[in-house]
Amino acid sequence: MSETDLTKLPINTLLDRSDQMSSTAVAMHRLSLWLASPRPYLMMIGFGLFLGFWYLSVEVWKLPRFAEMPGLTTVVSEWLSKNPIYGLSIFVDEYYLHIWVSIRRIAIAFFLATAIGVPLGLFLGWSKRFKQFVFPVFELLRPIPPLAWVPLAIVMFHGSETPVIFLTFLASFYATALNTMLGVQSIDISYVRAASCLGAKRWQIFRHIIVPGALPFIFTGLQISVGVAWFSLVAGEMVSGQYGLGYVINTSYTMVRYPTIIIGMVTLGIVGYVTSAMVRVLGDYMMQWRTRELALGGER
Amino acid sequence: MNPTSASVAVSALPGGAIPAQAARTGKVRIIDAVKYYGAAGTGVLAVDHCTFEVPAGEITVVVGPSGCGKTTLLNAIAGFHSLSSGSIYLDDEMLCGPGKLKAEPGPDRIVVFQNGALFPWKTNIENITFGPMMQGRLTRAEAYEKARDMMADAGLRGIENNYPGEISSGVRRRVEIVRALMNDPKILLLDEPYRALDSLTKSVMHEALLEIFYKNRVTIFFITHDLEEAIFLGHRVVIMTTRPCRPKKILDIDIPHPRDYSVLTTKRFREFMDETAAAVHEEATKAFAAGEKER
Ligand SMILES: Nc1ncnc2c1ncn2[C@@H]1O[C@H](COP(=O)(O)OP(=O)(O)O)[C@@H](O)[C@H]1O
Ligand SMILES: [Mg+2]
Repeated sequence: MSETDLTKLPINTLLDRSDQMSSTAVAMHRLSLWLASPRPYLMMIGFGLFLGFWYLSVEVWKLPRFAEMPGLTTVVSEWLSKNPIYGLSIFVDEYYLHIWVSIRRIAIAFFLATAIGVPLGLFLGWSKRFKQFVFPVFELLRPIPPLAWVPLAIVMFHGSETPVIFLTFLASFYATALNTMLGVQSIDISYVRAASCLGAKRWQIFRHIIVPGALPFIFTGLQISVGVAWFSLVAGEMVSGQYGLGYVINTSYTMVRYPTIIIGMVTLGIVGYVTSAMVRVLGDYMMQWRTRELALGGER
Repeated sequence: MNPTSASVAVSALPGGAIPAQAARTGKVRIIDAVKYYGAAGTGVLAVDHCTFEVPAGEITVVVGPSGCGKTTLLNAIAGFHSLSSGSIYLDDEMLCGPGKLKAEPGPDRIVVFQNGALFPWKTNIENITFGPMMQGRLTRAEAYEKARDMMADAGLRGIENNYPGEISSGVRRRVEIVRALMNDPKILLLDEPYRALDSLTKSVMHEALLEIFYKNRVTIFFITHDLEEAIFLGHRVVIMTTRPCRPKKILDIDIPHPRDYSVLTTKRFREFMDETAAAVHEEATKAFAAGEKER
């Protein structure tokens, strides 16, 4: 047997293809798989049933329970109207001002929560000593719901902007820090040992093993983080603030502009979905090793 | 494989001086090693006054039932944890011993882990260049060049920029061994590296490992619970008792190297199997009985 026979063993043919697959190619590949599967069509049926039930129950059957509820056609025509009866539609600048103000608050709070939560979580997971004196405080503050902080936030911070951002920040921060810490703890000790065998120093291990190893959990944390950010933002905006989608919903209620409530809610749903999708795309981009593994597996 | 092709395999090395020199390093002596987990009285005695030697430039295989303390011993050599007493020497340097019971992990002793430890977030070539780059021993360009050469040599061309998750587990093992060899270690510590593989892949991996060994003549410390694997690969086979582990029988396998799979059907191989199977079976039975009692 010659030397080459032994060493040039056949390697999985899948490799040759995936090697040339860029991340866009992987994305396109996934999109075509998705379109070929029954999922998009089931999704449309789901939406159809939901909207159909809304339309029928309010406007056709006029069920008593939904007497005060604005109907599908009322909301849609208001939303798309150049001259909205209640003042808010896609043709009104103020609509975008509300969206912009909310997004800006989310962005600031999310950025702060990430910038503080990720390093804190990394150190909590990395250093036993650090965890021993920080974590108990953290665990005691964490169960306090953001709404319970409303009065203190208003007293502590001036104006209407900072308290809302603070409330939005809180829940996001806990989710990010906690998941990051769990991410560090989830790292297989073999990776750390392998790195130290290969001559990596402590900080090199931190940078090359701990941070990337915790990344999947960090992004899970960030997904939760944007979700709860919207949650506490709306709560905050309903209590304080002069703009924003939560404010729109709350004032529309007191001023009996019911279709506008629904417009605010639907807008929240869409904008919230887009922000989570952005976090997910960023995660896929930063963890191509995982995206590629999953692309090979075919399932998500 | 006939003797002529063997001499080709050894002398065909680029920079042929390395194997001769490497053959003189990597001797490990384990002297009276004891490892006790947990507090006195309530803990587990994993390694009990264990003494044996891993000769330089050879493959030493440690066989013993699961849970007997093989990994514990390997971890002490690698420097992942301390011994309770005893000492371990690498060539003439004390790795650990009285006054310094924990060795420092380092690139002279590289572990290939039971479940594999290629970093999934780094591409294969980034994994392979990790050691020299962390140590600052090579520049990036040098490290990449050396890695490409070594990968090509090991039949791993074309997967440089793939992630470990994209290649089969057999190929992953080979990448991991190349990652270790990049550092010119004195000894490779392999902890049941082929445990999870099917028997066909396993036999291919065995021959590939021997091929690597013939090229590099790096000392190998190999742990397994598979007797056949041990006798096929080893110059020396150390059969361990059940926990706490201690050498029960040390055999020098005089089947000439280079070996290939035809060795398995030879009379000499069967003789070694017969000679040791009883000892291994006895320890496995004891381990099983002990496991039953503990529960
Ligand atoms: N960190 C630990 N703490 C306590 N006991 C341990 C620890 N690691 C291993 N052990 C015990 O020591 C014994 C030997 O383990 P190990 O060296 O992993 O065995 P092997 O590698 O031979 O299968 C086992 O009984 C195991 O439960
Ligand atoms: Mg083990």
